[in-house]
Formats: sequence, structure tokens, C-alpha cells
Amino acid sequence: MGKAKVKSGPLARRPDNSAFKQQRLPAWSPMLTANTVLPFFYFMALICMLLGVWLLLTVQSTQEMKLDYTEAGSCNLCYIKRQNASNAAQSCTCSVMFSIQKAFKGDVFFYYGLKNFHQNLRRYMDSRDDGQMVGRKRNLKNPSSYCQPFDKDQTGVPIAPCGAVANSIFNDSFTLSYHQPGSYRVRIPLLRRGITWYTDENVKFRNPKTENLTLAEVFKDTARPLYWQKPVYELDPDDPTNNGFINEDLIIWMREAAFPNFKKLYGVLNRADEVFAKGLPAGNYTIDINYNFPVQYFRGRKEVVLTTLTWFGGQNHFLPVAYLVTSSLILLLAVVLTVIWWKFGKAGKNMQE
Amino acid sequence: MLFYLITRRQAFHVKSPNPDESLSVIDTRDVIVGLRGRSGGERRKECVGEENWVDSRTIYIGHKEPPPGTEAFIQQRFPDNRIVSSKYTFWNFIPKNMFEQFRRVANFYFLIIFLVQLIIDTPTSPITSGLPLFFVITVTAIKQVGDVVFVKENETFPCDLILLSTSRDEGVCYVTTASLDGESSHKTYFAVQDTKAYNTEQEVDSIHATIECEQPQPDLYKFVGRINIYMDNEPVARPLGSENLLLRGATLKNTEYIYAVAIYTGMETKMALNYQSKTQKRSAVEKSMNAYLVVYLFILISKAFVNTVLKYVWQADPNRDEPWYNDRTESERQRHIVIRAFTDFLAFMVLFNYIIPVSMYVTVEMQKFLGSYFIMWDDEMFDEELGERAVVNTSDLNEELGQVEYVFTDKTGTLTENNMEFIECCVDGHVYVPHVILNGQEHEELFFRALCLCHTVQVKEEETVDGIKQGIHQGKSTSFYISSSPDEVALVEGMKRLGFTYLRLKDSHMEILNREDEIERFELLEVLTFDSVRRRMSVIVRSSSGQLYLFCKGADSSIFPRVISGKVEQVKARVEHNAVEGLRTLCVAYRLLSPEQYQEVCHLLSGAKLALQDRDKRLAEAYDIIEKDLILLGAYRCGGQVGGGTRLQEKAADTIESLHKAGMKVWVLTGDKMETAAATCYASKLFHRNTQILELTTKRTEEQSLHDVLFDLSRTVLRQHGGMTRDTFSGLSGDCTDYGLIIDGATLSAVMRPPQEDSNSGNYKEIFLEICRNCSAVLCCRMAPLQKAQIVKLIKASKEHPITLAIGDGANDVSMILEAHVGVGIMGKEGRQAVRNSDYAIPKFKHLKKMLLVHGHYYYIRISELVQYFFYKNVCFIFPQFLYQFFCGFSQQPLYDTAYLTLYNISFTSLPILLYSLIEQHINMDILKKDPSLYRDIAKNSLLRWPIFIYWTILGVYDAIVMFFGAYFLFDNTTFTSNGQMFGNWTFGTLVFTVLVFTVTFKLALDTHYWTWINHFVIWGSLIFFVVFSLLWGGIIWPFLNYQRMYYVFMQMLSSGPAWLSIILLITAGLLPDVLKKVIWRALWPTTTERIQNADKLYKGHLSEFTPLASLQSKAGSQRRGSGGQRNVPNPRRSEPFSKKTMFTRWQRTPDYCTFTPLLRFADGARNSRQGYAHGGQTSV
Repeated sequence: MGKAKVKSGPLARRPDNSAFKQQRLPAWSPMLTANTVLPFFYFMALICMLLGVWLLLTVQSTQEMKLDYTEAGSCNLCYIKRQNASNAAQSCTCSVMFSIQKAFKGDVFFYYGLKNFHQNLRRYMDSRDDGQMVGRKRNLKNPSSYCQPFDKDQTGVPIAPCGAVANSIFNDSFTLSYHQPGSYRVRIPLLRRGITWYTDENVKFRNPKTENLTLAEVFKDTARPLYWQKPVYELDPDDPTNNGFINEDLIIWMREAAFPNFKKLYGVLNRADEVFAKGLPAGNYTIDINYNFPVQYFRGRKEVVLTTLTWFGGQNHFLPVAYLVTSSLILLLAVVLTVIWWKFGKAGKNMQE
Repeated sequence: MLFYLITRRQAFHVKSPNPDESLSVIDTRDVIVGLRGRSGGERRKECVGEENWVDSRTIYIGHKEPPPGTEAFIQQRFPDNRIVSSKYTFWNFIPKNMFEQFRRVANFYFLIIFLVQLIIDTPTSPITSGLPLFFVITVTAIKQVGDVVFVKENETFPCDLILLSTSRDEGVCYVTTASLDGESSHKTYFAVQDTKAYNTEQEVDSIHATIECEQPQPDLYKFVGRINIYMDNEPVARPLGSENLLLRGATLKNTEYIYAVAIYTGMETKMALNYQSKTQKRSAVEKSMNAYLVVYLFILISKAFVNTVLKYVWQADPNRDEPWYNDRTESERQRHIVIRAFTDFLAFMVLFNYIIPVSMYVTVEMQKFLGSYFIMWDDEMFDEELGERAVVNTSDLNEELGQVEYVFTDKTGTLTENNMEFIECCVDGHVYVPHVILNGQEHEELFFRALCLCHTVQVKEEETVDGIKQGIHQGKSTSFYISSSPDEVALVEGMKRLGFTYLRLKDSHMEILNREDEIERFELLEVLTFDSVRRRMSVIVRSSSGQLYLFCKGADSSIFPRVISGKVEQVKARVEHNAVEGLRTLCVAYRLLSPEQYQEVCHLLSGAKLALQDRDKRLAEAYDIIEKDLILLGAYRCGGQVGGGTRLQEKAADTIESLHKAGMKVWVLTGDKMETAAATCYASKLFHRNTQILELTTKRTEEQSLHDVLFDLSRTVLRQHGGMTRDTFSGLSGDCTDYGLIIDGATLSAVMRPPQEDSNSGNYKEIFLEICRNCSAVLCCRMAPLQKAQIVKLIKASKEHPITLAIGDGANDVSMILEAHVGVGIMGKEGRQAVRNSDYAIPKFKHLKKMLLVHGHYYYIRISELVQYFFYKNVCFIFPQFLYQFFCGFSQQPLYDTAYLTLYNISFTSLPILLYSLIEQHINMDILKKDPSLYRDIAKNSLLRWPIFIYWTILGVYDAIVMFFGAYFLFDNTTFTSNGQMFGNWTFGTLVFTVLVFTVTFKLALDTHYWTWINHFVIWGSLIFFVVFSLLWGGIIWPFLNYQRMYYVFMQMLSSGPAWLSIILLITAGLLPDVLKKVIWRALWPTTTERIQNADKLYKGHLSEFTPLASLQSKAGSQRRGSGGQRNVPNPRRSEPFSKKTMFTRWQRTPDYCTFTPLLRFADGARNSRQGYAHGGQTSV
């Protein structure tokens, strides 16, 4: 291989004698034979088994309570009331009682859940303006056409936040109270802040630049979404920093669920209170609901979910079971393969040939 | 390097020459003179031929209008001289490639999808899929033809030109066409007789003429036209032929300058036409691909249809149709239901359109184009003697090289060497060999002069050329004889040794130095050029004494019928004697012409030559009339350089044997006599000693009727083969009878004749094909070139539609090279026509072995995996999206983000498969060469059969289901973060997509058997790229985008433990069945390929040092035990049982054999076989 490349004469067209060009690069040639695969299979089966058992134990340690309140208790009346759209402006409160047999230890998470609500319809999903939500001034007054027909109100004033998603925000609110044995009801404190993705709260959702203006002034010349009772800058009367596009309930709602049955985080038990320092004790509870969200049109259901979490998340048996099934499947296959290998491999030498 | 970038100097580049200027210099290097001028004269009235003028064009030299009174001056518009001779250039690769794709089955589809995206509201953006579809056609200025061009020595002609005059007195110029057809010899071109005197600018300016010529044709060697020169108002018509036409791309040599007129420019030049007009050959793989495409199109349409129907069923419930949270706009409400349904259907089509991979076509194209470099780069296919390497003219057929079933080969120059030397001559029955004193007979002198004159050899002085060169005076001066035929050079050389030296052609006079060292001059009047139909050539010369001679030489069969006197018998006897020895013998005859006869001849010839239509046919007729009443002079023969035998090409026998073992049928097609050809066939191992030869020749059909002979033969053949079991047949085992068929041209045409009315004659073609199918080797002798193509066509059209390959080196092989599926040219000594028309060109016949057995095999394996994998990965990709529709109310919500949809095929999963399809080697190439029977493992498109395709598709659907539902159950209304936060649909899609990308990449990794560092780099690199891209894509609020749906989605997903666990689990579950299938199949029903891989592993890569032995086979059957059960498993896909036994059955006996003994045995065997090769290597006849 002359490096100097004295290429002249009859050898001028001689191809380079490099390993790549001659297709002779050194290479590793693995093969999937029983010999190589079997140890791996046994190993995988073992690992999956261990993981599965561990996950199963972890999942078993969590607790979960679901309560469908659509028509439960006194909510029945509200349910009927909400069937008529003309009553939309009237408020309706109801309460549902439930009991917890075994104490929820540690952090308790409070979710609301919806069934049969398709947040994943294409037109619905697209019906939002992320540009507006991220605080771009231009989009505030000029919502994206994707928001139609929820981009402007009848008088042509731009809606903020625009689109079907924001418009249909879940607007039931809950008050949870605990019947302390031999005593009065204790209101359960819920942390309603810090329940969104950090990046959503701080980057993806921004109010338009205020420049010493109040939020109300910033949102001047915009209309509130059609189905809303309050404008966006008054969503949380208690906490002025939780208003506008950075309202956490709004942000959570705006993260559209993948499937029609979903739940969304409402709050986390505040364990500062002495009673709840260890979580939720066993006993009777009442949940007072400000019942606004109509679901009967689409045959939906509403529920609240209380759950404790581990590092692994909530009570999801799928993963441990899947690991265990996979493990046993691999083990079974490995055994079958071993038999084949034993029978034919040894006798016929087919395996090693 | 991606593109065939051929740039040419833009010679003509003028917008519009000022009409007042008589002279405008246009280019700095090629001085082009545009001439305009005076008029005058009258156009001649009568035409030589009554042609159809539609197919010709008229060119006005210097744009001068024809003289008044003739037909109107019609300014025709011709293309400008810009040429895009490349398939791809840098800027047009993507659009042009796209355009290429659109011509295929898919073209309509892609266009529709794009248009749909433009028109309706669809789930995906039209920009992402539509952007590459556009390309701009630049309309360039149109330039007139007719400019007079001035070209200096060593310059390249800018367009196709008619030579007007040259700096040489004779009006000739020398040209090398090396860049056009690779022939570097200098060719002589002639100026038009009447204009050759005009060799200054002013003089040329005064020429007033028009040229009529045919419309542009791609044939480089054909040109028909005529020039009408108006001299003193007297029009003169002169014929123009290819000898007047200077081609673009050719270079002027040995001539100071020329003036010529442009007739074809730009894309109309013959060179440009040649790049375009290559007929598209389609490979079997491509056909399979198109069939799969149709299946997928069907799947796509049914998916879209089912979803549309389901959508409306689902929406029948009014609450679902338009829930309060998802109000429609007013215009949507007013739309008619049918229109809405149709729009929905189209939207689904768009959503699922990725299932038909646009990128597959691009990748296949790139694979073919880049992959073909490995053929060119192959050092083993470089020939030091010629200094040539393999050339790939069409990369479309790479994989077809792995599918060849029939090989049609030419004999002379392909199987045998074509180094010709004059051996002996025979005048009136007396035999002469070089360096013998002659005894001055009457015919003798004439005979030698005839040989000295009747040829087209040129004398080349100095300058080395790598064509055929023989020094006239070795050592002294460097003059060479050059000819496109080595025979002629050998002949003139031989004459020199007999004392007659051909000196040169000067001023139409041929000069001969005779034995008395006197120069004799003969005026060359006409050359009746050689063609392979006539198989003879003639010259008409006038001797210094004024005698007119016609000398004719040609094949014996073409001369004898035209001879009226001479010692025919003696010469004939000698010719036949020679033929047995395998030598090429030519006969020489002459005819004396009286001046009247000569006048008649001239008239005939000029009439034919001036014709614009059917010139060839007219010329052939004229030649036929002229070459008659000959007097036989004698015969001479040329042969290979060594001894007296025809030498086989290096390793020709070995190659043929390998092709046989690889299951290919080899046919030798030759124009030679049967005896000569048969001898070569034995020498080249085409026929073995125990081959039973079946003859289907005129000799036999004279005795029996063709009908009887055919039935006889077919009975013989079928009896034998019917009694054989599949297992004992292997085509190479010694004990079963091999058949070889010999057929000659005359019988062949009788067989090919369409069946007669009376039905008892039957269809001979079928019977003939039946016989051929059962013969391992066929020899066709006495074939005309067209018959060669006919044979190829016959086999191609037979009911199995086998893949054919034709290989040859001469112009007479071009027809079959073009006809066969794969045409291979040998860079022989008979010009470059075969090479130019071939799909692949190799220096020597022996290189065919590596080309087919190694490259062909690899390409086939690679591309079939490429095709299957592409469909697989797109099923995996799109099927989850289909499943998702069932959960999102059939609203066409995409599962994946737009960026993922667009980039999945372009960047996340494309490079690993492209690399695989470029460098995968399932078996070491040395083993492939050593064991040709491996070629059978992939025969009949075996890796692209329907069962395999269905397996891949099912695997894809399975993976898709695992991925989708795995993620679905994980998401099922539960939290899977430790802080209680929930994930949305984009996280779901991203999770599925991540599993998807990893699964399909790992699947490819599992299939890869040849892991070089590049594979590691690309496979792991593309996964890393996916992760990095996802991090980046979700890491920024993109300023110009209105949606930020992916913001931090990927990172949030990765922060969740269960997401990781499920990704790992789903990948494992997705790959498990394939791994299992591979292991079990390999253990129970291994293909030959897998067996060899196993064995190679066992011997740590040294297996290639051992040659597999055919002799092992007979033992193998008895040694086999414990495998009977497995063999009964019906498994049509796996290789045929016989191929299993080729080598490794040996190890089946006891485990002990695995360790040491076989090594010895193999070593033993290798030695034996090498002896075998040596023995049969280069036998000469």
C-alpha cells in the first residue's frame, strides 16, 4: 500500500487497498444461538422476577380511595340542576360523606377525575394558543385561528385565554373535612400551590409583561372565556400570584390528558396540622363540593381520588404484573430452549455445527 | 461523491448574436464564429431520395438563409448548449431523486397526500411533507444551431459538429473519443470534400450551404445526413455520415485546428442522449417492493376507511358528535355530511400516510448508488494487465447480480483470449507461414496485396495509446497499427513478416512497401465496411497501373457462396481442417472491375449514402450487389499467441465451474463453428468428460426431421431426470448424467419459427425450452448477433421468468447485453461498444465470479433486509397511531409530535439501515467465493417471498401492539411520578415513540452480523441523536412556533422511574419473539448461511481456508442421523435439502470430530481440490 500514491501508468486506476473499500473491516460477528442466548434469558428472567416482586410490594404499600360523586349524596340535586344549561349561573353546593378504613400514611394527594371526557379530540386539543399563554402580547389581542370558535366573543373582543381547552376548564371546587372522633369536623388543609410541572409554571405559562400595571389592566380589552364566571385575572381570590395564565388549576387543565378517563391533581394534604402530620387517619370524612361542571351531556362521571404515592407513583398494578408475566414467559421459553438444545444440540450437533 | 457530477465547459453561452456582426467570438477557449452572410444561388430541385422530412432537420450554416426561390427559411429553435449529463447534481439531488421516485407506483400516492394536506384541515402540516416536493425548473435561453465552430488541437468539441475543413491538406482530422466510449485510439474523421479547402476564417465565412440531417439519435456510431452546398448557384449534394460527425466530448488530436458547423447542441448531442436513453431495467427486488407497496396501500386505505366508518358510528350519539366543550365553528356545521366524511377519510389517509415510506425510495436509491462503489473499489476485480477496474454503469441492478439463473456468454474474447497473431495463409491450397520464402505464383502476389489493402488499420505515430499497439519497427520508431479489430492488426503484422509492409494512408493513397523495398501506391476508392451481418468487408482500389480491384475478405461462409472461380476445394479443405483446431479462418477473394462497372458501383454507393432514411438497409443492398462474382484467392488464419491453440482466459474454467455450482446455467453463444466452440467448451469445463452431449444441429436435422430430433432429445432428457430424486441432484455430483446441448444458428431459427398451421408440429419452442431446462450447459454456435438476443429473450420469457445475465466483449454481443436482465461487458480488445452498453463492465471473465458470488450475494441480502425492515419499522410507527384513534374518538389526533412524525424516517431510524444495507456481510466473502453453492440460498428472490414479508409485517404489528398497550396500561388513570403530577397525551406519545425508536433500532442490531466500528458508531449514535434531539426539542420555548406542546415533556418523562421501567420492559417484550424465532430456527432448521456462520464461528474465522468438498456429499447422506425428524418439517422457505450437505455434515457424527479431526480432513480435502483445479485449469485445445 504505497502511501506516496505513485499513480501512473497502467495502475493509475487501481482502487485503494483500504480495508473499508475492500469490505474487509475487522468486525465482530455475534450470533443468536441457544448457547449465547440461554444464559441471557435466565438472567433476564431472574432480573424481571426480582423487579416484579419488588414493584408489587411497593405498589401494595400504597393506598387509594376513589369516590364517584356525580350523583352521590346530595349531589343528585345538583346533577339534575346542571342538566339545564340555563341554570349555569346559579351556584350549587352539595356534600358527600365517605369513610376511610385504614389510615393513609405520608403525603396524600387529592385528584379530581373525569370519565368519558375526551380531552384528546384533535380539534379540541388544537384549540389553544400557546403563544398567548406564554405571554406574547401580539397573541393576547390576536388569538390563533385554531381557537375558533372560542377566539372572540360575540362583540369581537379577543378571549384570553382563548380556545376550547381553556373554555372548558373544570370548575368544581372541593372542601374536605374530617369528622374527628367525639369532636367537631376539621377542615383538611390542602396545598393548592406547587402542583404543576415546575417548567410549566415558570416558563411555559407567563402573564404578559405587566410594567407596573395590575393584571386587570393587562387583560383589559380581552374577554373572559364564554363559560367562565370569572375573568382569568381573578381566578384565585386568595393568592394574587396565582392569577392570570399562571393559575395552577388552569395550567393543570391545559395539559391535556391522553385518554378520555383521566384524573388531575387538585391538591396535596398539608401535613403542618398536627392531626394530619402522619397523613389521613382512618375515620369518616365529608367532602363539600361546589358543583358546577356539567357531565351528563357526554355521559361522563366525576370523581375524587385520594391516594398515597411511593417513588413508583400511584397504585398501578400493571407494571409489576407485566414484569412478573414477562419474567415467567422468558423463563418458560428458556426452559423450552434448553430442552431443544439438550435434545437436538447434543445429539445432532446442530447447535454448534 | 454523492452525485455523478460531470461538468462540461459551457461553450455556447451567448444570448443572441447581433445580426449585424459577421463574426462574434463567444467563448474564450473555444472560439466560435457565428457567421452571417450573403446569399445567392439556387437550391437544387431534385432530391436523391424521397424521404419523409418529418424526421430530419435542416441547418443553415452560419444562419444564412437559403437562396431565394427555394422553400422558406424557417428558423427552427434548437436547445441551448447547456448539458446536464449527470443523473444527480449537488443541488438537484433531493428534488430530482424525488422526481425519480414519483415515476414509480408511489408517485400518484405522494402527490395526492401532499395535495390533500394542502386543501383540507389535516392532522399534520403540509409543509413538513410537502417541502421537498418542489423543485424549480430553470428555463434557459434558447440558442440557435448552425454556428460555425473553430476548435484547436487538444480541445474538446463543445457540441456535435459536422467537419467542414481542417488544417491538414487531406481534409482529415484525428480525434480521440476516450471520454465517450473509452476507446483511446485515434479515429480519423473526414471533412466534407467540397469544403475542405476553406480553411481560413474568411473562406469559411463564404461557404453557403445547408445541412439536412436526422433528428438527434443516441447511437454514437450512426449518423445520416447530407449537405447542400451552393457553389456558383449550383447546388451540390454530398452525403454526410458518422465519419463527418465530431461528437461532443471527443478531443481533437494531431490536427492544428478545424472548422466545423454545429448541428446538435446541448441535450440533443449524442453524448447527452446517451446518458438519458439508457433504458430502465427493473430488478426483481423492485418488483417485490412494488407488490408490497400495493399491499400497504390497501392496508392504508382500509385503515382510513374503517376509521372513517367507526368515527360516524361513534358520533351517532349526538352528545359525542359535538359535546359542549368542543363546539364547531359555523362553517363546519354547514358542511354536508358526505363532504365531511370524505374530508375525514382523507385526513385519516394523511395521518397514516407514513406507512408507505417515501424515504424508502430515497434510501434504496442511495444504497444502490453508494453501494455500487464497492464494485468499483474492488481490488480483486482490478486487472493489472489492462489497468482497468470494474465499472458500474447502472447501479439499479446491483441486487440482481445475486439472482442470476442463466448466464449467456460470448466465446471469443470473453472465455478465450483474443490476442491474435497471424499464423498461416493458404493460397490456392499452398500453405505459407511467416518468414518463408515465397515462390512467386500468379495469385500469390495479388493475395498478399489484397491482405495489405483490405483492412481499416491505421498507422499511428509516436504517442502511446492503451489500445492495441504493435510496433512496426520494434525499438526503432514508435509507429503502431491501430484497429478496432485485433484480427486486422495481426493480419497486417503478419504481412509485414511476409515482406509486405503497409506504410500509411496518404491523400487517399495506400502505400505498401513490397519485398523489393519499393513503395507501391494504391488509390483507395471505396471501403465497404465490415458488419456482423455480412461478415465480410471490401475495398475498391486503383493500382498505379490504373487497374480497378475489389478485394473482399470475410468468414468462409460468407465468401464461398459468392465465389465463381478459384481453387475452392483446396481452400475449403484447409479451412475445415483449421476449424477443428479452433482457429479463426478468413477467406480472401477479389474481383476486377472495369471502369464502367466502377461507375455503376459508385452510383449505387452514393445513392445509398445520400439517403437519409434506411441508409443502412440501402447500403447493405448495394454491398450485396457489388460483392459478387468473386475469384477466390486463398485463406489465412489468426490465432492465439501460444502454440496453435486458442487460449482460454485466465481462470475461465474455474469461473464456469463456480457458476455451475452456484446453480446457474451457462450458455455459450458464439458465431464460431461447432467444432471450434465445442473444443473451447470442454476446455472451459462447460462440458465434462461425462457430460452427455445432445446435438441439435443442421447435420442432424438433415437426417431426421426437426420434429423427431426434438422429441427424441426431450425424451432422453426427461427419462433421466424423472427418475432422479431431488436429493441426489445437485448439478455437480459426478454420478448422475449431466446433459449438454449443442445447437446451431440455423436449427435455432427453425425452432424459433412460429408454429405452423398443422398442429402436429407442436410448439417447438416449449419442447426446446424443456430440453434446455434440463441441460446444465448449452452451446449455441454459428449464431448471428441478433440470434443471441433472441435466445436471451426466449429464456427470459419462459414461464419461470428466470433472471438472465449476458456477458460479452464485442459489438456483436451488444444486442444480448441489452436484452438480458443484467448485461456485463468485458473490457476486451474489440472496442468499447459492449462496455458502453452494459450495466456492468469488468476487465476479465474471471471477475464475474466475485461479482456474482460475492457482490451479488451481498447486495441481495442487504437490499432485501432494507426493504423488509423499512416496511416493518413503518408498521411499528403507524400502527400505534391507528390504535390511538379508538381512544380519541376517531378525531385524527396524531399520537406523536410533528417533529417526530417528520424525523422518524429521515433521521432517527434511517442511518443504521442505510449503513447495514451498505456494509453488512452475513458470511465472510472468502467463504462465499469458496463455496458457490451458497448462492442457491438466495435464489429465486427467496428473501422477499410473501411468507417472509408477512412475518415482518406481523412482527411489526406485534411490536406496535406491545408498545401502544404497554404504555396505555401504564397511563391507565394512574400517577407515575412520585410528586403526584400527571402526564398528558404528548408524554404518552413520546413514551411510545421512545420505545419505538429503540425497538426498531435494536431489531436491526439483532440482524446485523457484521459489526464494524462504523456500525457501533451509527447504531448507538442514532439512538443518542434521538435522545439529544428530544432533549433539545423540548428544552426550549421555540420563538417562532405557536405551539409549545413538547416543552419539557421528554425530560419529565425521563424523571419518572416507572417510565424507565416500562421502556425497558416494552423493548424487551417487543424483541423477544424475534430473538426466539431466530434461536429456534437456527437450532432446528438452519439455512446453509446459518450453518456456515456457525462453522465459521467455531473455527474462529479460519473456515475460509478450507475448501468444501463435493466428494463429501455422497457420504453425507449416510452420516446424517437424528435429523430425519427435523427434515420432515415442511418449511418451504428454508433452503433446499441438497444445499445443506455441501459442507458441514461432517460434524454430525460425534462431538469428537468437532475438535481436531475435521481440520485434518479439510486440509486434506483442500489439497485434493486444488490439484483438481490445477489439473483442469488452463487446458488448451
